[in-house]
Amino acid sequence: MSQVIGKPINRVDGRDKVTGKAKYAAEFQVPDLAYGYVVSGTITKGKITRIDTSEALRLDGVLQVFTHENRPKLAWFDISYKDQDAPPGSPFRPLQDATIKYSGQPIALVVAETFEVARYAASLIRVEYKEESHETSLEANLHRARPQKHGVADLLKPPPPKPRGDFNKVYEESPVKMYGRYIHAAEHHNPMELFASTVVYEKGGKEPKLTIYDKTQGVTNSILYVSQVFDIPFKNIRVLSPYMGGGFGSGLRPQYQLFMAVMASLELKRSVRVTLTRQQMFTFGHRPATVQNVALSATADGAMNALYHDARGETSRFEDYTEIVTNWGGMIYPPENVTQDYKLVPLDVYTPLDMRAPGGVTGMSALEIAVDELAYELGMDPLELRLKNYTDLDHNTKKPFSSKELRECFRQGAERFGWSKRQFEPRSMKKGHNLIGWGMATGIWEANQMPARAEAALLVNGKLWVSSATADIGTGTYTIMTQIAADTLGVPVEDVLFKLGDTDFPVAPISGGSWTAATVGMAVHSACEAVGKSLLGLAKKLSGSPFKGAKWDDIEFADKQLRLKSDPSTAVSLQTLVDLNGGKAVRETSTGLPNALKQKDYARATHSAAFVEVMVDEELGTVKVTRAVSAIAAGRILNPKTARSQILGGMVWGISKALHEESILDHNIGRFMNHNLAEYHVSVNADIHDLDVIFVEEDDTIVNPLGIKGLGEIGIVAMPAAIANAIFHATGKRVRDLPITLDRLL
Amino acid sequence: MNSFTYIRADSVEHAVNERVAETGARFIAGGTNLLDLMKETVEHPSRLIDITRLPMTSITETVDGGLRLGALVTNADTAYDKRVQERYPLLSQAILAGASPQLRNMATNGGNLMQRTRCYYFYDVATPCNKREPGSGCSAINGFNRIHAILGTQLLSQDGMPAEPQCIATHPSDMCVALAAIGAVVRVTGNYGERTIPFADFHRLPGNTPHIDNSLASDELITAIDLPQNGFPKNHMYLKLRDRASYAFALVSVAAALELEGDTITDARIALGGVAHKPWRKPEAEALLVGKPVSGESFQAAADALLAGAQGYGANTFKIELAKRAIVRALGQAAKLEPTE
Repeated sequence: MSQVIGKPINRVDGRDKVTGKAKYAAEFQVPDLAYGYVVSGTITKGKITRIDTSEALRLDGVLQVFTHENRPKLAWFDISYKDQDAPPGSPFRPLQDATIKYSGQPIALVVAETFEVARYAASLIRVEYKEESHETSLEANLHRARPQKHGVADLLKPPPPKPRGDFNKVYEESPVKMYGRYIHAAEHHNPMELFASTVVYEKGGKEPKLTIYDKTQGVTNSILYVSQVFDIPFKNIRVLSPYMGGGFGSGLRPQYQLFMAVMASLELKRSVRVTLTRQQMFTFGHRPATVQNVALSATADGAMNALYHDARGETSRFEDYTEIVTNWGGMIYPPENVTQDYKLVPLDVYTPLDMRAPGGVTGMSALEIAVDELAYELGMDPLELRLKNYTDLDHNTKKPFSSKELRECFRQGAERFGWSKRQFEPRSMKKGHNLIGWGMATGIWEANQMPARAEAALLVNGKLWVSSATADIGTGTYTIMTQIAADTLGVPVEDVLFKLGDTDFPVAPISGGSWTAATVGMAVHSACEAVGKSLLGLAKKLSGSPFKGAKWDDIEFADKQLRLKSDPSTAVSLQTLVDLNGGKAVRETSTGLPNALKQKDYARATHSAAFVEVMVDEELGTVKVTRAVSAIAAGRILNPKTARSQILGGMVWGISKALHEESILDHNIGRFMNHNLAEYHVSVNADIHDLDVIFVEEDDTIVNPLGIKGLGEIGIVAMPAAIANAIFHATGKRVRDLPITLDRLL
Repeated sequence: MNSFTYIRADSVEHAVNERVAETGARFIAGGTNLLDLMKETVEHPSRLIDITRLPMTSITETVDGGLRLGALVTNADTAYDKRVQERYPLLSQAILAGASPQLRNMATNGGNLMQRTRCYYFYDVATPCNKREPGSGCSAINGFNRIHAILGTQLLSQDGMPAEPQCIATHPSDMCVALAAIGAVVRVTGNYGERTIPFADFHRLPGNTPHIDNSLASDELITAIDLPQNGFPKNHMYLKLRDRASYAFALVSVAAALELEGDTITDARIALGGVAHKPWRKPEAEALLVGKPVSGESFQAAADALLAGAQGYGANTFKIELAKRAIVRALGQAAKLEPTE
């Protein structure tokens, strides 16, 4: 019955995006708008002893300067500041008091009639501090590592399972083994769109009423935060985020510009916009720096028998940001002697934040380099070693995977890449000044589904309106939800209007963790089915209705008709049915819930295999990723075009993470120093060459009836290790630290 | 950004007069660097003198067989000029190795010479920096200095003892490295008329006054850059090593140019970028090559001589060896001994 699910249709919002019709948080124009500019602190730890705003306040056009000294009274308890992605701890509160907790901390907001005046006034604010010594170096503070604090975050990010078997003994006695230490730099998300909030203040009412355009991966998260922190009832707040210029995790928590804009708007009783600068984009969450140790051993024939993986990640002094770094090995490899360990080192930095495949790409980058090292210890082809240790069981939980076409990813990826022609020996291929290397790695990410709600309405004109308060962070949510709705009720995509990013719509969770397609997809499907059921009810009311005895399972929707499966010529048009509804649209709201009963006996995950070719100029240390193939097993592919784009984006970021990206923290100063896009290097077009994506589809109705697993993270996971392994194959040099900049290869 | 006044100059004389009328006045052309620095509050000019309408927008022949590049010709138009491509391909290559097409379309030749360092600390007003604020200290020397200088940083105290450097910033230009190798001449106009500055003397080492990047007097405006007759069109190479394939400043770059008679070197030029406060040349190192056959050995000797006295500061120490290898490679490629890929 599927008509458009699985078809590579163009983005339904594509035209609006390229013509500029699609508006982002800082682009909504409202009358009488005031502009806020955030003043960033310059020390890393200590206290503000004096903050002099008088010169700024004297400037023509300046409306107010907010600091910790004059901010309004706000919610008292930590719980009010906890958003849906808040880790255990005490959330950062902007302008709370004179305490400085990290470098770049927002310490004041200047509000003025124009952005330019606000920015200039910000430079006139004089601040005196009493500095305290700080600690920002993960490597220098490893001795302070401690287990994560527990909280609701454990549900999605469980600590590693308890050790099993006897790692030490088996590792000691094994004939073949490896050990490596892997250090990753911190990274910042750097979406193109700067964080911004435009708060529209509705005048005249008794209570303040706000409409907020926010850059966020979840309008529900923003409304919750604003309501709690500023004690405003939900009914007086509406948050909208119809488009997002890249999220990558950075919008999973309300960022401080939202707080600032709302505070200023309420105090000044006026509409206010606050936009952060690119430099300020480096003053909130980031992918944490990590130090990992991996040790693997195997029998002489390559059967892995012991696995050790520990990780130390940085966090702030006030919250325990956690991610799953070390649990993956036990999910994809079968050794029975396993120790996985994860600890945190609190430092004087802002709390880290989920960034594309948080923890997953971190842990798998170390583990999959380690597996390559083990292959070379064994003298065994790296792909053969992975096939030798292939398992259909998640060994952490002993549950089978609901589906796992990784073996087919290996086969198709290897074939497309030409892996069989690879010579085992490093340094076996050369062209001009360049050594050529081939490497591969495995990827894994969870296939989660959360509860979400959606509304569907068959309108009186026969068009289908569907809405949910989810987000499209650039991934194609608008498009795939349109496809799901279209197929569920048998209407063409042109007749579907899917809307999102508005708290007036039914509630949906933050968009992250690769769960949006499954989560909102099931809600949309369920709401459309509910409309379908109502339509069947109307069909039964037709005089002499042929549907009188028909049950839900007896009918289907296609070609804008409701019809009998057994006899498709027995059909009634949807327009006819909605006309029967007394001039009203047929409207239903429904919840998509994960089927826990069905899911509980299975591990659910997406998998990937990445094959990479690099050219390394050994004398000069330069690396070029000349081609890469990613084979992806991620359930049912709703739209091969948007899906491919998403995987390509992940692959590009994988190259970027492997070779370029690093937020440079100067530990003397305690500050990220390369805080602009000229010095924070992300891959540019010239770095990207031949990329190829293969989807190995899986028919998996355990994850959800639509078979959706999600694609947000899996594209990046295997790439950095595959690149590092290819560099080893090219040069014989094993680099375990990322990014692999040229000085690491000299 | 501070508030400032703006005026459009209608003649070179007008521009120069405006400049000396106000201490805080600055010329602006493409603005690709100055505007960034103003937004970061590193630069706070009180007055901007827009020079974009001045008649310095063409590339013309000089009497001694070279080319005169107008100060306002964009980097892109210079790089793609047929005469430049044919007679000064090294310069064209170097320009195209820098920035991005959008920036090269805006940036002018005069502005390229005037661009300031990309040192992280210079850009961040929250940190001490002797170049931005003389006497405040250098954060880079004991900080994260992977992109910083290895040559020309050492200082001697008054009694002749080694002293702590004041600044280890580098000049970020690619174009200037090629101009240094070719031996260009900078034409400037000031209150007292016109003068020329040999390229090697234009940019300066930090010394005890790292806030001064070059030898331009405060009243002077760059009007043109003169290229000598020989642009080494046959044997040349601009090799740039950086952290990504485009839109990144050089960790090390080499402009290499050779004149050959058969296999014998009759003239050699080597300029380095990304390693010092100015494009780095050392005539003694170049002289080592003259009369020698093209060979890895002679190139290595020149590279060693050019890097003699280089000093690393930790994260940037790798640049010493990298620069040597890059020189050998670039000379080999200039001599066509080695492939360019």
